[in-house]
Amino acid sequence: MRFQLIGLNHNTAPVEVRERLAIPESRLPEACKKLTEFPGIDEGLILSTCNRVEILANTKNGAGANLRAFLKSYFQLDSSELDKHLYEYHEQEAVRHVFRVASSLDSMVVGEPQILGQVKEAYATARAVGAVRAQLDQLVTRAFAVAKRVRSETAVGSSSVSIASVAVDLAKKIFGNLAGKLVFLVGAGKMSELAARHLMAHGCASIFVANRTYERAVSLAYKFKGQAIHFEDLYNTCDRADIVITSTGAPHAIFRREHGEVFLNRRKNRPMFFIDIAVPRDVDAAMNKLDGIFVYDIDDLQQAVASHVADRRKEAERAEAIVALEVDRFQARLQTLDVVPTIVSLQDHLETIRQAEIDRVRGRLGPLSPEQELAVEALTRGIVNKIMHTPISALKSAAREPEATTVIDLVRRLFNLQEKRAAKSGSGDAD
Amino acid sequence: MSIFWLRVALGLYGVGLLYALVALTRTSDLLNRVALHAAYLGMVFHLVSLTEGVFFSGHTTLAMVHNSESLLAFLIMAVFMIVYMIYQTTSPGIIVFPLVFLLTFLAATRQQPFFTMSPGMRTGWLFAHIGLIFTGYAALVLSFCASVLYLIQQHSLKAKRTTGILSRLPALEDIDQIGYRALLLGFPFMTLGLIAGSVVAESTYGRIEFQDPKILLSMLMWAVYLIMVYTRWIAGWRGRKAAVLASVAFAAAVVAWAANYFSSIHRFVPS
Repeated sequence: MRFQLIGLNHNTAPVEVRERLAIPESRLPEACKKLTEFPGIDEGLILSTCNRVEILANTKNGAGANLRAFLKSYFQLDSSELDKHLYEYHEQEAVRHVFRVASSLDSMVVGEPQILGQVKEAYATARAVGAVRAQLDQLVTRAFAVAKRVRSETAVGSSSVSIASVAVDLAKKIFGNLAGKLVFLVGAGKMSELAARHLMAHGCASIFVANRTYERAVSLAYKFKGQAIHFEDLYNTCDRADIVITSTGAPHAIFRREHGEVFLNRRKNRPMFFIDIAVPRDVDAAMNKLDGIFVYDIDDLQQAVASHVADRRKEAERAEAIVALEVDRFQARLQTLDVVPTIVSLQDHLETIRQAEIDRVRGRLGPLSPEQELAVEALTRGIVNKIMHTPISALKSAAREPEATTVIDLVRRLFNLQEKRAAKSGSGDAD
Repeated sequence: MSIFWLRVALGLYGVGLLYALVALTRTSDLLNRVALHAAYLGMVFHLVSLTEGVFFSGHTTLAMVHNSESLLAFLIMAVFMIVYMIYQTTSPGIIVFPLVFLLTFLAATRQQPFFTMSPGMRTGWLFAHIGLIFTGYAALVLSFCASVLYLIQQHSLKAKRTTGILSRLPALEDIDQIGYRALLLGFPFMTLGLIAGSVVAESTYGRIEFQDPKILLSMLMWAVYLIMVYTRWIAGWRGRKAAVLASVAFAAAVVAWAANYFSSIHRFVPS
């Protein structure tokens, strides 16, 4: 056992618990240091965000450590109430978890991009105080590479999942840059105001507001720092707007094809985007047939959201497959880093030589007394052990360094251990 | 040797062609990058080929006539790259790459046409004529690409297909800008090129042969071009109507180009 992870996140713990365990940035270096001083822990990293607190450790000689005890002693918390919120992963599962967190597959909003930055900060902090040095370094840097791969090979972080953000996406698909575009808010409503706010946040320059009751329009316009328009001036001013959000309670469509034709004429055919949130609809469906006018009603928007959610789920599955592949790859790499099989096969190798040599000279020695037998045994064994001592201790110390592979390779080549190891690795996990 | 470099360029443009074919079914950032770099490299070899052509024939204008398809392909690539630099989009490549590949392919496999300079020909004007007209052609091709992309994007927006293969096209207004700017850029080149051409014709034949198919078609192409710029400027025509006009102008340009092979006065092949 080597990697070990303990933590809680938005799924396992309510915010009251999470905030009690959150470690502020200023105290993180010191916490990392404390972690590495804890018995059984060689390297450690602490990730603390508003949605999760996680402690990742590389344990000494793979013996395992009581991370729960560390958490409790660090926060001076009672054990029983915390236990039910904690999850713990070991080895391969810990690796998978780290990869998933960095790739934003474990996030509240799957695919959100902040988490990778937070992991990077946690890594930098732990590295700065020397809490991350060798194998943990490899694990975490690999996690960054996996996250990058997930981001570039899947669309898990790309599509928006709310009506307002879909509206912004569509507006961007039509206008490209929203800077300088004018929004016209016709009627009021929570959703249309939200959409308007999103559009403004993405660069739309100004806003017109019209309402059946002019006072309402004025107060809304004030809220948006826009301009109130009398409802009877609607058709005269509407052509100036690039994006029209409508949500009136009118029983019939207020924008019809003939209006659209007039608008287009006045706008020199520059495109217009109608977001119709009203039910019954405010914009006649025939408007969408005009060249340059794009009408999306509430169903269209909801459908886009649904398809994005489905897309994201599909993409998340692909991302999980990438993570699984990368976990295997990392595991395989760790195994080559693992010195134990090399030591074992080195011992086997020398033992075989020793036995063979004894058998070879046995005939020449003639019959031996049990004492002599023992003496020969002790002599040969002693020589072998003395010879083995240096390479084995070199291997053991190399295991803690990042360049372990070179040392392992060297020893294998010197003693010609290649085939034996291959035969061994087939028989099962060295751990 | 210049044909060798041209074939190297052709191979590299082939990667771009592959991009265009694959882009229809899926998007790949890697392929995108590979195609772009292949295209850059292709342009370098292409330029080497063109320069060598000039060098060996010892006559710039004559070389330009001999390598007309190659030159046109190069200019189209250049305009495409300018668009890429400004708008960071390779979408026009879906049309540009196959076209450039075709033109380069023709240039790289065809027998060199026979062409002689008439003694009275004013080579300076001929040089200007070819350079200007070809730049105009390149801009026209790009404008045509843009209007096709505009139609595709408009259709997908109207059909409310926001995800899927076409979701990576640039925004509608950006495509529109690309097309319009290409159009505005190309028009003066085309006009001046035609004027230069008529000066050459005047000086060579003493008069302009209006019944000649090449001249007729060139006039037609120019007229459609003019209508396109005008309707766009005054009425802001875009989308379907603009695409139809762009297609007509493009078709006229292709036919005017093809007229080189059956015009009596403006030809590359020996009579």
